[in-house]
Amino acid sequence: MGINSIKTLPKSALEFYIQGFRSMTLGRTLWKIIVIKLLIIFLVFKFFFFPDIFKKHFKTDEQRTEHVMKVLTLQAKSPSGHKKNSLSRGGHL
Amino acid sequence: MIDQMDLSLVNWARAQFALTAMYHWLFVPLTLGMSFLCAFFETIYVKTGNEEWKNLTKFWMKLFGINFAIGVATGIILEFEFGTNWANYSWMVGDIFGAPLAIEGIVAFFLEATFFAVMFFGWNRVSKGFHLLSTWMVAIGSNLSALWILVANGWMQFPTGMAFNPDTARFEMKSFFDVVFSPYAISKFSHATTSGFAVSSFFVIAVSCYFLAKRRHVLMAKRSIAVASVFGLIASLMVAFTGDEAAYVDAHHQPMKLAAMEGLWDGTTKAPVVAFGIINGMKQPGDFQDPFVVEFKVPGLLSLLANRDPGSYVPGINDLVYGNKKMGIMGANEMLEKGKMAVKYLAEYKEAKKAGDMQRASMALQKFNQVKEYLGYGHLEKPEDAVPPVSITFYAFHIMVIVGSLMILVFVLFLISTIKNTLEKNTWLYPIGVALFFLSFIAGQAGWVVAEVGRQPWAIQGLLPVAVARTDIAASNVKLTFFMFLVTFTLLLIAEVKIMLKQIQIGPKEVA
Repeated sequence: MGINSIKTLPKSALEFYIQGFRSMTLGRTLWKIIVIKLLIIFLVFKFFFFPDIFKKHFKTDEQRTEHVMKVLTLQAKSPSGHKKNSLSRGGHL
Repeated sequence: MIDQMDLSLVNWARAQFALTAMYHWLFVPLTLGMSFLCAFFETIYVKTGNEEWKNLTKFWMKLFGINFAIGVATGIILEFEFGTNWANYSWMVGDIFGAPLAIEGIVAFFLEATFFAVMFFGWNRVSKGFHLLSTWMVAIGSNLSALWILVANGWMQFPTGMAFNPDTARFEMKSFFDVVFSPYAISKFSHATTSGFAVSSFFVIAVSCYFLAKRRHVLMAKRSIAVASVFGLIASLMVAFTGDEAAYVDAHHQPMKLAAMEGLWDGTTKAPVVAFGIINGMKQPGDFQDPFVVEFKVPGLLSLLANRDPGSYVPGINDLVYGNKKMGIMGANEMLEKGKMAVKYLAEYKEAKKAGDMQRASMALQKFNQVKEYLGYGHLEKPEDAVPPVSITFYAFHIMVIVGSLMILVFVLFLISTIKNTLEKNTWLYPIGVALFFLSFIAGQAGWVVAEVGRQPWAIQGLLPVAVARTDIAASNVKLTFFMFLVTFTLLLIAEVKIMLKQIQIGPKEVA
């Protein structure tokens, strides 16, 4: 590969993509679906419904560790035979 | 079976994860297998220079592209769910999963940005050789991308190469090699990818059968079936082989799952495989009810699967719950006591450290380290909680095995018809080919049900039950997003089917 080829590589690559996108037929529909899907996933689901709970509720890693340790050691406070539903244990966030 | 389903609100998080993963797995098998089939078709084109093979390749590549476009990013939602619904778990495993998931992301990005573009935009614009290389790179890269996800899943089934850090409440990676090459990672990857190859082969066969039935694109259909039946047969034999390996690994690391898969309540030598059976759904650990309403057994086969010895002992659910001293099996009851000690010592360590009493902390940590491998059991209320839903696991396993066996048989039939050149005459094969495509999807889903339901109650085997792994958030949120996903994924699926059907209807370009 000569120096000229290396120099023109970024331009050729860019043209390759531009022409590729321009010549799409079915691809246009698929890209529309991908873009709509990504918008729904990131702007609706992630933003409104799927916060990172630990980032939202705790400022530091120490606080996160403290919370998880609290959950992990909860059993010690309530000996075996406690009647609480095992799926609803731990403090609400 | 219904009696085993806990439909309380707190289980919505589990249901949501299952729903998302199952929808995601509708797209993934086709991506894994179709990428290789496209590479095979294009290799034949490059070797022969025959334009018909080129058109055939372009047609299947188009269907591959549709599936990829619709399925891409559906897996990201699983990562959202980790952060929201399973925050405790995410915190604890972040160090282990960070590396595999980051590698997966980087591989996927570079693949999609470079080789995918060449694969779809590069016809007649790059050399034949470079185009072929790109198609192969997409196939290899897509499957490698799956490797990292399956490594992460394998680690949850068999946590290895790590240590629990009580100061950070995290599992920290000690050996990347142990995590990547654990028997579960290898077994998961080989079993899941080969099953994807088989599903994709049936996809090609089903579409080709449609063309044969309509007497359209007959040569292309016959050629496609020839390649798909060879690839599918090899893949389905590999699925059986790797499935056998998976059962062997389960026997040694998740014996409860294996016992549930076969509805084996009491351990025995010459343990049988139940070829056909109807489970007694009322059966509980420790009771004397018959486990089956109807059953046909093959003696010794489960022992052979589990230990490579038809006369060997395989523990049953009761042995694993209550222990069996004679056979040297520690039951969940004993593990639960040790687990409670682990939780107690961990709490002592935490309190002593907080109080600045380092001597007491050190002693508590020493005691904790002796029983830390039972930590998860300390969070179970009773030993019977260690039993997964037996009926679901049993039926899912048997559906998977029955369909898997049928797949081998049908691939053989298609291959024989191809060799004898009787595909056009054997019209009775067409509906079977189409039916097996749908059945192979069901088998794949059933396989995941076995893997995931069969390991309940654990998020991380033996160390973290789902009850501790999850976040305590309002169930109404999870419920709402469950239905939002259901609608979104169903719309995506409808879009995929609609676009696919249209393109199949158009068919491949014929050489003039």
